[in-house]
Amino acid sequence: MQTRKKYIFLTFLASWLLLFFFGGDQLRHFAFFSGRKTEARRNWPRWTDRSLLKSFADSEELQSDGDPSLPSPRERRAARLSVYKNSRCRMETCFDFSRCEKHGFKVFTYPRERDQPLSESYGKILASIERSRYYTPNPEEACLFILSIDTLDRDHLSGQYVRNVDEKIRGFPLWNGGRNHLIFNLYSGTWPNYTEDLGFDIGQAILAKASFYTESFRPGFDISIPLFPKDHPQRGGEKGWLYQDSVPPKKKYLLVFKGKRYLTGIGSSTRNALHHIHNGKDIISLTTCKHGKDWEKHKDTRCDKDNVDYEKFNYQELLHNSTFCIVPRGRRLGSFRFLEALQAACIPVLLSDGWELPFAEAIDWGKAAVVGNERLLLQIPSAVRCIHPERVLAFQQQTQFLWDAYFSSVDKIVHTTLEIIKDRLLPHRSRSRFLWNTLPGGLLALPEFSTHLGDFPFYYLQHGSSPSEKFTAFIRAVSPAGSLSQPILRLIQAVSGSQYCAQILVLWSCEKPPPPSGKWPQTTVPLTIIQGRGKLSDRFFPYAAIQTDAVLSLDEHASLSTSEVDFAFTVWRSFPERIVGFPTQSHFWDAEQKRWGYTSKWTNELSIVLTAAAFYHRYYHSLFTEYLPAGLRELVDGLAACEDILMNVLVAAVTKLPPIKVTQRKQHKESVSQQVKGTTGAAGGRRFSQHQDCLNQLADWFGYMPLVSSQLRLDPVLFKDQVSVLRKKYPRLEKP
Amino acid sequence: MCASAKYNTRGPALIPRMKTKHRIYYITLFSIVLLGLIATGMFQFWPHSIESSSDWTVEKRSVHDVPVVKLPADSPIPERGDLSCRMHTCFDVYRCGFNPKNKIKVYIYSLKKYVDEYGTSVSNTISREYNELLTAISDSEFYTDDVNRACLFVPSIDVLNQNALRIKETAQALAQLSRWDRGTNHLLFNMLPGGPPDYNTALDVPRDRALLAGGGFSTWTYRQGYDVSIPVYSPLSGEVDLPERGPGPRRYFILSSQMALHPEYRSELEALQAENGESVLILDKCTNLSDGVPAVRKRCHKNQVFDYPQVLQESTFCVVLRGARLGQAVLSDVLQAGCVPVIIADSYILPFSEVLDWKRASVVIPEEKMPEMYSILQSVPQRQIEEMQRQARWFWEAYFRSMKAIALATLQIINDRIYPYAAISYEEWNDPPAVKWSSVSNPLFLPLIPPQSQGFTAIVLTYDRVESLFRVITEVSKVPSLSKLLVVWNNQNKNPPEESLWPKIRVPLKVVRTAENKLSNRFFPYDEIETEAVLAIDDDIIMLTSDELQFGYEVWREFPDRLVGYPGRLHLWDHEMNKWKYESEWTNEVSMVLTGAAFYHKYFNYLYTYKMPGDIKNWVDAHMNCEDIAMNFLVANVTGKSVIKVTPRKKFKCPECTAIDGLSLDQTHMVERSECINKFASVFGTMPLKVVEHRADPVLYKDDFPEKLKSFPNIGSL
Repeated sequence: MQTRKKYIFLTFLASWLLLFFFGGDQLRHFAFFSGRKTEARRNWPRWTDRSLLKSFADSEELQSDGDPSLPSPRERRAARLSVYKNSRCRMETCFDFSRCEKHGFKVFTYPRERDQPLSESYGKILASIERSRYYTPNPEEACLFILSIDTLDRDHLSGQYVRNVDEKIRGFPLWNGGRNHLIFNLYSGTWPNYTEDLGFDIGQAILAKASFYTESFRPGFDISIPLFPKDHPQRGGEKGWLYQDSVPPKKKYLLVFKGKRYLTGIGSSTRNALHHIHNGKDIISLTTCKHGKDWEKHKDTRCDKDNVDYEKFNYQELLHNSTFCIVPRGRRLGSFRFLEALQAACIPVLLSDGWELPFAEAIDWGKAAVVGNERLLLQIPSAVRCIHPERVLAFQQQTQFLWDAYFSSVDKIVHTTLEIIKDRLLPHRSRSRFLWNTLPGGLLALPEFSTHLGDFPFYYLQHGSSPSEKFTAFIRAVSPAGSLSQPILRLIQAVSGSQYCAQILVLWSCEKPPPPSGKWPQTTVPLTIIQGRGKLSDRFFPYAAIQTDAVLSLDEHASLSTSEVDFAFTVWRSFPERIVGFPTQSHFWDAEQKRWGYTSKWTNELSIVLTAAAFYHRYYHSLFTEYLPAGLRELVDGLAACEDILMNVLVAAVTKLPPIKVTQRKQHKESVSQQVKGTTGAAGGRRFSQHQDCLNQLADWFGYMPLVSSQLRLDPVLFKDQVSVLRKKYPRLEKP
Repeated sequence: MCASAKYNTRGPALIPRMKTKHRIYYITLFSIVLLGLIATGMFQFWPHSIESSSDWTVEKRSVHDVPVVKLPADSPIPERGDLSCRMHTCFDVYRCGFNPKNKIKVYIYSLKKYVDEYGTSVSNTISREYNELLTAISDSEFYTDDVNRACLFVPSIDVLNQNALRIKETAQALAQLSRWDRGTNHLLFNMLPGGPPDYNTALDVPRDRALLAGGGFSTWTYRQGYDVSIPVYSPLSGEVDLPERGPGPRRYFILSSQMALHPEYRSELEALQAENGESVLILDKCTNLSDGVPAVRKRCHKNQVFDYPQVLQESTFCVVLRGARLGQAVLSDVLQAGCVPVIIADSYILPFSEVLDWKRASVVIPEEKMPEMYSILQSVPQRQIEEMQRQARWFWEAYFRSMKAIALATLQIINDRIYPYAAISYEEWNDPPAVKWSSVSNPLFLPLIPPQSQGFTAIVLTYDRVESLFRVITEVSKVPSLSKLLVVWNNQNKNPPEESLWPKIRVPLKVVRTAENKLSNRFFPYDEIETEAVLAIDDDIIMLTSDELQFGYEVWREFPDRLVGYPGRLHLWDHEMNKWKYESEWTNEVSMVLTGAAFYHKYFNYLYTYKMPGDIKNWVDAHMNCEDIAMNFLVANVTGKSVIKVTPRKKFKCPECTAIDGLSLDQTHMVERSECINKFASVFGTMPLKVVEHRADPVLYKDDFPEKLKSFPNIGSL
């Protein structure tokens, strides 16, 4: 027994010794690692004398950073002009701001020469500029010049390549080394290197180019534009494909790609690797070798199988059914795929290192696209899988907003380019990044109107503010009598009775001068008379006198009661970006005549609120007068009652939402219907066809029909409910 | 397994035979083994504990005790900075890898003192600011002490001020860093670049591919998307406490406080002053200060002496002109004072311009336009000035106030480039806390009118009122746009009726059985809901006509981000009790709709289930009440919009007080509901509900028009 215990004891001791000598090292490592977790990491030391350390610069040096020996600022600016030229151009060295001071931002296009071939796309670009509000036919007034030579395709193997551009531009007396010129380009360089070379010297001209490399991009000077196909619409443009916010925002596929695989040459390293992430389930990445004439020469072992798989899927179907779309570089950095994915609300996953993204000076692409890294292709699937559904939903909506605001037509692409340049001219009157990246977008938010978010109708919620609590009544008087009619007197009384009314403005559009101030009714609010210029579009001029956010636009015949005005105004404060008003009309597609129809009859829908009695934000006066080109306003001046429709079309184009109808007293309705009845004769018929013409011309100008229909009307909460009248806030609205 | 079985068979035999003597023996044996174990352990850990204690002594060292490194005269010098470097060409992303946290790892080289062959030091070992910066990085989430896991390397060689170092030798010191590798993934911080006579706008030390966080870049030296533009730190921010000043008029309109301005600028400023009088104040260095007064803390205009930087708070706009360099420390002081900086420094890349929207906090004026400064600034709307002042102060607090703030913002910008899909958004960078708090970013922001064709899914929450439930199902199934009906069976003790007993309807009917009788089951985002629109309806709401429901759906399509419902309710402020009160009377206003019958977007089911703030969800489940009020709060809070009540008021059979009869009970119910409102308002920290005076009716509702021509004739009947 004893010996047995001894043995046990010895064995124990021996095994301990063995463990100690041989296993000790491993044990040490083990202990070391497990110990490290709890132990503090080796941080930057807390020096004992850290409070005694000297500052990196003494205060005197920091606060008087001058050097009397330096050249004067004027000399330095002059020297800068000669150094930073051409490839190092910046606005302050290569752009002549003084040309834009006198006449503002005006753009001149060179006259087109007959024998000069012009590609379809360049023709559209020139047309966009000539249609814009910045166009001038007079080079003396111009701030910016656009060549009539087609510079879009500078691949000298291409059929549209224009030769001897250098020679031609040197012959232009206005060229001036390219100063204040804007050159558009979609394709530069050629096989095999596809360099940025345009084949002519652009000098000091601003380059608006697709597929820009960041290295050759002159920041704050050049503009990166998207590559767009030649059938890209001139104006309007197709809508985005997202028509509902599905929850969860997942589609059939997670990530797709279908396109060419380059076996050799520039861009092949990325395109050649794309098939690796294909899993046949939620990630579809299909490549084909079939492109170019001699693809079979370079063909590898994958090609045949890939080509078969490639045919199994339809590109459009993939676009529609995927959450993310890979947009890899082609031979050049940009591809058509980018805009296609954007329109399809398929979140672009960019694999195009060094691409200066389109309009990146304005657009925050981080909100609409995943900027991947070509070198990290294999991480893309897990990266996109980890993106939270909420973010995916926001991404999808942002793609649609950007597509619709800046890319869906050539007009939008060109106007965005111009607006970015214009913003550089007056930095203090330019759009913040917020304006560019928030609905309705930079083109529709005019910095000339204001740079303060709270002044626009769109940003109250994001800005955390609300529209002002008063309105300006704006009455248009056209009665030829030259004296005050009964209706206008009643109207002024009714409106001035509203607790929300700040002032009344009367636009006197009659030939005879307005009655003297003594003839006007006494009101508790200020009443001002503005002499009109006799044009119909006058009523939407941004008069400085309008200081409140809300405008109540009225025709002198409008018959409203104070409580109608009060109720409509409280409704408007809930919908400050829309037109809120009383009499409404609607549009419809007339399939027989293949044109838009217009009806003022009572219908179950409405899409137009007449500005004869409506509230809207004063910003729309500025947008109407400054954003719309003069030609459109002239059109409106020539047609009866078209300015109403144009205002509605404009607001609908901005908001994509229908106007709002509020309830009207019966009596007013009858008078309207009487009016309608009274004008059903020949005059009424002509007027009606003018409405129809107007609507169709506007739809043509906008490139689509912006009006949106609504099926509802807003009434006071207790409207016609069976409760005591005493309980109701707006009992007068119900009086028969 | 086998071994333990053997012990088990032996054990029972062994223990009874054990005597006291043996027990002592065993105990001794055991303690010897234990001691051996402890000793071994001690020995194993010994070397390591020496290490860690030596670490501890390092921490207590002085900067003068750091190792000295001698740089031979012929040691290599890096190439000059490469202007074409971009993240995809000069940066090694493979070092950063994919990690679930999406955070880069930053390593800091240990501090050394560099001397040339003759033993003369190359630079000051480290400045106070650079030490603060490195400490901040080391304390941050970005830091790693493992050089092998690092993605970004920060040398401890202090290059903040180019004037304080020897260029060639500093470059040599950089080149001999252990992981230098042509400067790949190395980050240098510099605030005062260049030196006389030409004052380059970027650090002159050759640095090859290293990234530069520099203060004072011009557009020609800044490699967009590679370098980071940082502020020039003003040590005054640490010394002087300037409390934030509220909005309101300030004494001066334009103030210039810089010393040593170029005479040409100064004369232009003085011309402005001559033209506009008292509202413009041009300060300069004081010439006749008594001894002991620090010159940097005083400014003078003629004989008047002003305290600096306090005087900055007296002005609306403060001029920040370029000096010899583009970056000026005064910018930091100006922002701190909440004065709107007027930046006049052509081609200057503003600090953190990659992420900060300077148009919201400053006015940039081209040098040539200096004479027009006054009129330009006068065109800025007053309300905007106030916001810019707040924004300026916020930029200072978040990104300028300390070396830590500067260091972390820089690293975050680089981090955002490497993990762009996890990048911080524009709003997070730019919105001051007050704006973040008061503003709303609607998750369904795109104006869409969803297609009518997808229809809606009706969800009926039921417990056991089968008869009434079947009536509801039959009624709802008559609505043309209904696409599916989901019954949430909340009764665990009773099975739902057999399939054959359910009403036959034209759309799919699914029954979901729940695990617990909770009100929140009504708002769960069931996979069975395939439409955007959800109609929540109680199992006793039988008074709504098909026209009313269909019209409600049409209204929801026009307002897909709102709650669109039938019975409306109101919250009121009770001035006597100083709290919120629930109101269900016939009022002229509404701020809530009951979810006993309401349309809403399925997205809000996600929000309710997963993103409800505080303990509201559990609270509602525990109290079996107020789930509808909670939903109203949630939607209003996230969208900032009001509800839409549709169609006239009906005699609902008290839809919200199911098991209640009698007036007294009704009153306790109202008290409870009021309590809910107060509870939720305190959890949300605000009252998000919006009060409106309107409701939606069909366009021709109650109009004198043939009923049969109306889309929704059957409204308000019953």
